[in-house]
Amino acid sequence: MDIPYTSKPRPDTGLYNAKVGIWLFLASEVMLFGALFSSYILLRIGADVWPQGLLNIPIGTFNTAVLITSSVTVVMAWASLKMNNFPKFKLYMGITILCALAFLGIKSIEYKDKFTHYQVWLKDGTTLTGHIAGNPYFWNHNTLDKKKLDHIEFTSDGKHDAKAGDKGQSHPGGHAPAVKIERKDITRLSAYVPAHSTYFAIYFTLTALHALHVIGGSLVLAFFWGPGSKMWKTDPERFTNRIEIGGLFWHFVDLVWIFLFPVLYLL
Amino acid sequence: MQATSHATHHDPTHADSHHEELGFWRKYIFSTDHKVIGFQYLLTALVFLLIGFLLIGLMRWQLAYPGRAIPIGGALMEKMLGSDMVGKEAVTGKVGVIMPDLYNSFGAMHGTIMVFLAIVPLAFGAFGNFVTPLQIGAPDMAFPRLNMASYWAYFYGGVVMLVSFFVPGGAAKSGWTSYSPLASVADAQYAVNGQTLWIIGMVLLITSSLLGAVNFITTIIQLRAKGMTWMRMPFFVWAQFVTGFLLLLAFPPLEAAGIMQLMDNVLDTSFFLPTGMVVSGKVADISGGGSPLLWQHFFWFLGHPEVYVLILPAMGIVAEIISNNTRRPLWGYKTLVYSVLCIGFLSFIVWAHHMYLTGMGTKISTFFQTTTMMISIPSVFILTCFFISLWGGSIRFNTPMLFALAFLPMFGIGGLTGLPLGFNATDIYLHDTYYVIGHFHYVVAPGTIFGLLAGIYYWFPKATGRFMNEFLGKIHFVFSLIFMNAVFLPMFVQGMAGMSRRMYDGGATYSLQNTPEAIGALNALVIKHNISITHAAIGLGLAQIPFIINFFWSMFAGKRVTSDNPWEATTLEWSTPTPPPHGNFLKEPAAYRGPYEYSAPGAATDFTPQFQAEKP
Ligand code: HEM
Ligand SMILES: [Cu+2]
Repeated sequence: MDIPYTSKPRPDTGLYNAKVGIWLFLASEVMLFGALFSSYILLRIGADVWPQGLLNIPIGTFNTAVLITSSVTVVMAWASLKMNNFPKFKLYMGITILCALAFLGIKSIEYKDKFTHYQVWLKDGTTLTGHIAGNPYFWNHNTLDKKKLDHIEFTSDGKHDAKAGDKGQSHPGGHAPAVKIERKDITRLSAYVPAHSTYFAIYFTLTALHALHVIGGSLVLAFFWGPGSKMWKTDPERFTNRIEIGGLFWHFVDLVWIFLFPVLYLL
Repeated sequence: MQATSHATHHDPTHADSHHEELGFWRKYIFSTDHKVIGFQYLLTALVFLLIGFLLIGLMRWQLAYPGRAIPIGGALMEKMLGSDMVGKEAVTGKVGVIMPDLYNSFGAMHGTIMVFLAIVPLAFGAFGNFVTPLQIGAPDMAFPRLNMASYWAYFYGGVVMLVSFFVPGGAAKSGWTSYSPLASVADAQYAVNGQTLWIIGMVLLITSSLLGAVNFITTIIQLRAKGMTWMRMPFFVWAQFVTGFLLLLAFPPLEAAGIMQLMDNVLDTSFFLPTGMVVSGKVADISGGGSPLLWQHFFWFLGHPEVYVLILPAMGIVAEIISNNTRRPLWGYKTLVYSVLCIGFLSFIVWAHHMYLTGMGTKISTFFQTTTMMISIPSVFILTCFFISLWGGSIRFNTPMLFALAFLPMFGIGGLTGLPLGFNATDIYLHDTYYVIGHFHYVVAPGTIFGLLAGIYYWFPKATGRFMNEFLGKIHFVFSLIFMNAVFLPMFVQGMAGMSRRMYDGGATYSLQNTPEAIGALNALVIKHNISITHAAIGLGLAQIPFIINFFWSMFAGKRVTSDNPWEATTLEWSTPTPPPHGNFLKEPAAYRGPYEYSAPGAATDFTPQFQAEKP
């Protein structure tokens, strides 16, 4: 006996198997991201200081637009198949995948910026944010000791003493001069990496997990666009269903970002 | 099996044996047939059950005879795990003393292995896989290849857990609950430690369960045979259905928490590490700002639904067997169904009854106390329905039925002893004592495990075409029942006397003898129970030997079944050929009536199967 309802819907539920499967899977994904969002809320409530304004809002906005575009095109790809227009499908699916790649590219530039951006806490209780001469990656105070450096050349980005709500005063003219900070004056040094604070910890966890979903989703969509599209000739109905399933997942990935963006960038 | 014996009997050429082997691999190892996968789960999980049992056996030895070397295998263990883990006796120098770190590892891994690698895979993976599609009249699971993937994710999860014993520092040692910050601090000097592997193993196991849950629920929704309406589904299928949802929705938060704990351990974040945390007298070099309570919330958000994952499938099995052997319809089928659905919903809002002593606040405690009392109501309904089903039946006391019957009072004890734990006031005293250990083991060990054993004896003839031996089965039953109680009953006494559940020396440090001035010091009798419990545990282990012999012997030489429906049962799995072929049914199955039509008035026999068509 063959397994029934692999592509035709079951009359009483109105769904084919994979569609039930993907909805269940997405329910578990909601719980996964829901747990991380709850952690965000609880960590933020419990924090003394919650950093704000550390992310690049224009870039984030642009990335949001990229993902929303891809959500539209993935629907168009599916609709093209429904209308029996395979070349159009190829076009729209191609755009979707390009959008995914663009999103990932932009995201990695954002990540890179963070890994070279530093906060230094000084003995006198103040803190500075900015860049270390030479733009090294992933340093912290232990790195200084390991490298036996007795000082760092630090270019402040003008956000002195970044406390909650205090955006700091910009230096007139933008660039502050590089200053020399002695190791003995430094209590802590950290790049904007997960270990920096619970803020960056949750930021990186959420966005990296989301990025993994983007990667996984675009691999699957790329397969449907490329080698997997041969199925259009042998079993068009099943192929169309596959695109629908892939599209549902893609919408979910998009939806997660639509929550992530305001929560991490704006609030 | 035939394929291999064939290959060894003849003298095959190289190419020939290669061909045979391919067939074997596809058929028995990388199979997509739900029945083979069910069997794979069964055998793997039984092995893990044994491993989990051996771990606790060694711990029990240390509790009964603190500081004494284990009687056999001490030298071998020292060779495998190193002298930090397995020490020498102070006086005689005999090798084989379980050192504190090893004791902690064994404790954490016993819990992990038993829950995630033994009982859940048995209840959900093995029985769910083998029986569910047959009972709803499906040719296989909805996604057979996903099913295979679930098994292999489980398998590798198990491998990772076992490997973790041999990394520097040994396996995870912060309890099966892996509370932070302890879990992030223990063995932190090693880059890859037991805790890291524990998390990786858990992620694999969670993946397995999630894929399995999607598959099971889809199968039950989509692949029910003609006429198999929701209210004609056997209770076992309902239990699996709800179990699937519990796994689907409760596990992801633990996965999220696992990722966060992994980041705490590997990338030095502070999700669960508080500001100003001091380790070994030094302020830890972390950003701080995290919350240890957050981990506990996530753990128990899974942990409590998980206990229903452990028990519901067993209840389902017991329902089938009781109805079959009393030759009466299950009493209150609808009540059972609604109760199990209620349990499913409520089990998501009781988790913090494990956290009354964490200082999370009295208002929150009150809320969870209330929901906990509410969830015990449907549990009582279910048990009551089972008891009433027995009423006035002419009961067949075969081995499956004996285990199913024993399940009832054992689960009853487990459930009732949960109530004092559910009340804030009493739990303040009982929390983290042996009373808690007694409570949940009554539910899981003589409860769930008896249910699962009943299921093995019951479905064995369908799976293999042979009965298991009744005589060996009864010996297995009687001794298991006696020793189970001898192990777990004294734990209530020890717990109420105040014995903590995590003491390396079995409470000797706080005995009346050593600290006569301390209030609440443990008297000699309480401590002596350690010895009797350990002996009973050894007895319990020995009592499984007849089962192991019976299982393998009957597979090849047991009494053959003479019909496809040897127990004269009513559900669809008994209409297939024995053993069922790939694809299960010879012609399209259909359900014509409810699942438990036993002794229907006016019927020719005392059972009217679901698959028997109406007379025109
Ligand atoms: C039916 C009513 C039940 C109630 C009211 C109940 C209540 C409780 C409570 C309040 C605790 C926490 C005790 C403490 O740590 O101080 C607990 C622990 C536990 N229960 Fe239950 N329970 C019930 C049924 C079950 C069932 C059916 C199972 C499993 C099949 C189970 C398994 C466990 C486990 C494993 C623990 C201990 C977890 C740990 O701390 O390691 N319980 N129970
Ligand atoms: Cu609980």
